Amino acid sequence: MAYETIVEDNIDILVCGAGLGGTGAAWEARYWGQDKKIVIAEKANIDRSGAVAQGLYAINCYMGTRFGENNPEDHVRYARIDLMGMVREDLAFDMARHVDSAVHQFEEWGLPLMRDPNTGAYQREGRWQIMIHGESYKPIVAEAAKKSADKVFNRICVTHLLMDESKENRVAGAVGFNVRTGNYHVFKSKTVVVAAGGASNIFKPRSVGEGAGRVWYAPWSSGSAYGLLIGAGAKMTQMENRIVLARFKDGYGPVGAYFLHLKTYTQNCLGEEYESKWWPQLQEMVGKEYLDPEVSHATHRPIPTCLRNHALISEVNAGRGPIHMVTMEAFQDPHLEEIGWHNFLGMTVGQAVLWAATDVDPKNENPELTTSEPYVMGSHATGCGAWCSGPEDVSPDEYFWGYNRMTTVEGLFGAGDAVGGTPHAFSSGSFTEGRLAAKAACKYIDDGKAEGIVVSQKQIEDRGTDIYKPMEHYRVYRNEITAGSVNPNYINPRQGLDRLQKLMDEYAGGASVNYMTNDKLLHIGLKKLKIMEEDLEKLAAEDIHELLRAWELKHRHLTSEAVMHHTLFRKETRWPGYYYRGDAMKLDDENWHVLTVSRRDPKTGEYTMEKAPCYHLVDDESE
Amino acid sequence: MPTFVYMTRCDGCGHCVDICPSDIMHIDKVTRRAYNIEPNMCWECYSCVKACPHQAIDVRGYADFAPLGHSVRVKRDEEKGVIAWRIKFRNGQKEMELLAPITTKPWGTCIPQLRDVSAPTKEQRDSELLFNEPKYLRLDDGDIHTLKSNGLKLKAGVYY
Repeated sequence: MAYETIVEDNIDILVCGAGLGGTGAAWEARYWGQDKKIVIAEKANIDRSGAVAQGLYAINCYMGTRFGENNPEDHVRYARIDLMGMVREDLAFDMARHVDSAVHQFEEWGLPLMRDPNTGAYQREGRWQIMIHGESYKPIVAEAAKKSADKVFNRICVTHLLMDESKENRVAGAVGFNVRTGNYHVFKSKTVVVAAGGASNIFKPRSVGEGAGRVWYAPWSSGSAYGLLIGAGAKMTQMENRIVLARFKDGYGPVGAYFLHLKTYTQNCLGEEYESKWWPQLQEMVGKEYLDPEVSHATHRPIPTCLRNHALISEVNAGRGPIHMVTMEAFQDPHLEEIGWHNFLGMTVGQAVLWAATDVDPKNENPELTTSEPYVMGSHATGCGAWCSGPEDVSPDEYFWGYNRMTTVEGLFGAGDAVGGTPHAFSSGSFTEGRLAAKAACKYIDDGKAEGIVVSQKQIEDRGTDIYKPMEHYRVYRNEITAGSVNPNYINPRQGLDRLQKLMDEYAGGASVNYMTNDKLLHIGLKKLKIMEEDLEKLAAEDIHELLRAWELKHRHLTSEAVMHHTLFRKETRWPGYYYRGDAMKLDDENWHVLTVSRRDPKTGEYTMEKAPCYHLVDDESE
Repeated sequence: MPTFVYMTRCDGCGHCVDICPSDIMHIDKVTRRAYNIEPNMCWECYSCVKACPHQAIDVRGYADFAPLGHSVRVKRDEEKGVIAWRIKFRNGQKEMELLAPITTKPWGTCIPQLRDVSAPTKEQRDSELLFNEPKYLRLDDGDIHTLKSNGLKLKAGVYY
């Protein structure tokens, strides 16, 4: 095919994917590498890419140490209880101790942070959240990234990482194609920061037609953070820890500001409080360490997100749905009503569109809530991602191999959704992780770790052939049929995505099976995924846009396989409300108070699973 | 169909094509105007609506669950640093106009060029500090938190 090959050589730091994590990496890299070559490769346009493309109405991770509000360890303890103990606390502590400096810079750059008129501190929504007018959050951080980067390549879908041929398990750059021109892009780089997105759309969404686009996490979050890293043989962690969101029905509008700031609350269809009646049974499943409503009531210790989901799901299954958000009280206050609407316009416009379309005025009626299909990501209330090194001054030996946020592949770093075990980073924490990764990447280069990298012409050509294969396949077989999309020789990306979503839903615990799976189902699911891998070799793309969808599907497929293996490995139900292992319905601290770590051998596709110790922050004097 | 484009307003300039995070705003080869090629991959993020210089792009809620007859329109002004919304309900009973700031500074003027700031010292490189730290952590003289400074340690196992 007549596409040009465009080689960008001698890059020091290549940032793949520039959402909040990637913009943080590009920005910070310039300080530690003032003479280094920094390049961004982004699938869309960095002014509006990533999960924050449409804006945010809150920054969900801000300590406020400056105002005497919290210390980093307080946030770690919060993330720990919310995730039922399964957190990389070294990484979480490290993110939390730096995150405020990112937020203070955002304010200086022009991001409007609201202030509490009485105290002068930032307006709190909850203990960790501050309220912002964040419609332009992404364009503002993109300006910072553009200022620091030597070059920004927009509209490049990065498909694979390049690997060094002189030293095993060392990264050498990345390849991809331009979704407009179709040109083949080769980036030869000493280090790579993968800051691509987590995965929406791998489990069948509840909406079936156009509405499938109104997923909770952006539809363009195609699991490339995981597809790229797994494909390169990096170890992954906590990939079973998918997240299910309790949100306003269909529009998936956020509930954080409603609960925390507007003080709205939930009730069943009979107008009853329903959560507490599920706690005794749930406490038997997970143990008192994880659910103690009395302690939670007395100390403001949160009840984990998954457990609150469990109560909602159970109540609906008991026939007392729908669950309503009681807005009618708060919305009588015109100021709070305005905040309620601004909250959607700032980050989920689709929910405002839906309420306008269905005449739902929350002042006069209490809107419905539902639980979403599962998502695989690593920066919200869940921690899927790569197994990364922590910082030298915090991490125990098992968590440290030289460079902060470096994966188990040398020179390959992660940020945001790409880093595993770091839930509750959100936008500001992801940006911070990008900064940490960038500093470490500069140090890695300065330490001489990236010398003598070899990438053969053969590797470049082979990858190029791989990339365009779906178009070639289409060209060869298209004319065997008269017209239409039914062809015995190929499937198109949409057909493949439908198959992936159906099998993940039915075998790995999606919404239509009430998030239930077991050993037997997972084995069948893995078998089907393996066969699907063969069909992905026969994927057909009619044009460059479909080629983009083809590679997104391949990344989603790699992500799904990891999810399936991890879910099978962890023989317990750690997060009821996110998913259930029907053959092991209890939380099992004796055997599973560990982090799960996987590696897919890039040559054979075989998975190996292992347990890694789970460390917790404790007071120094407690012995 | 999430976003759609009015025939009489679009001049095919391609701003929407350039900004769409989902790569679904394309120019139709026959009409030479933009359209949404893949509505079920549209997030209703409004990036294209905001970018359109002619207000040619609008949103019609997802057909699966949103009845016809509503409207959520927007105008974003970088120079004035504000965004203005107008919401109209389907039943005509409710209409809201909402205004919010999008920036507090003239666009792009307050971000330093890090190539030109004084280079970090070796001590800073070997430390855990990031750019502008420790100053920006608390905006006082405080230093970065460590396990030691906060009286903490990490312990493996079921210890909380």
